[in-house]
Amino acid sequence: MALTKADFAERLFDELGLNKREAKDMVELFFEEIKRSLEHGEQVKLSGFGKFELRDKKSRPGRNPKTGKEIPISARRVVTFRSGQKLKVRVEAYAGTE
Amino acid sequence: MTKSELIEALAKQQPHLALKDVELAVKCIIEKMNQALSSGERIEIRGFGSFSLHLRPLRIGRNPKTGESVVLSKKYVPYFKPGKELRDRVDASGEKFKIVD
Repeated sequence: MALTKADFAERLFDELGLNKREAKDMVELFFEEIKRSLEHGEQVKLSGFGKFELRDKKSRPGRNPKTGKEIPISARRVVTFRSGQKLKVRVEAYAGTE
Repeated sequence: MTKSELIEALAKQQPHLALKDVELAVKCIIEKMNQALSSGERIEIRGFGSFSLHLRPLRIGRNPKTGESVVLSKKYVPYFKPGKELRDRVDASGEKFKIVD
């Protein structure tokens, strides 16, 4: 099962003693504030986790994979995530399930 | 935006909470994300995006200094896929704002 906003709120309730309403709002605002920053062209660097970066892509020719018909892909701005060193090392140590 | 700027922004929007509590909450959320990913668990935030692990298979690499080949065992790397709302909002504002740190 994937972790959701409700799980984060639960954690804030359990560990910090925020009430349910405060915990839910905090999680909501946390992700909204990151979105708002990125939306204003500001990259977000969370030390101990990683960096949300923005990239401007030029338009390029694309293709509809089903029909093979050529369609231009317009210029756009995209978000990418680069994990920080600490997270990278912790994840590398994960052996997987198979 | 940095973590401390994020904490300030969140504190401003929740004046009923002590700054210290906002700081602890942000650290708690980040630590929970780190824990989840390092135990192979996915994170799904509607409208924001999802975090998961991608497998990098075993490969033979080279020490660029000595030219010696080395076996690099398979490993997992964190991956983020932005959600639709985040993608749309960021793309829509691309012409209005320059990218800054």
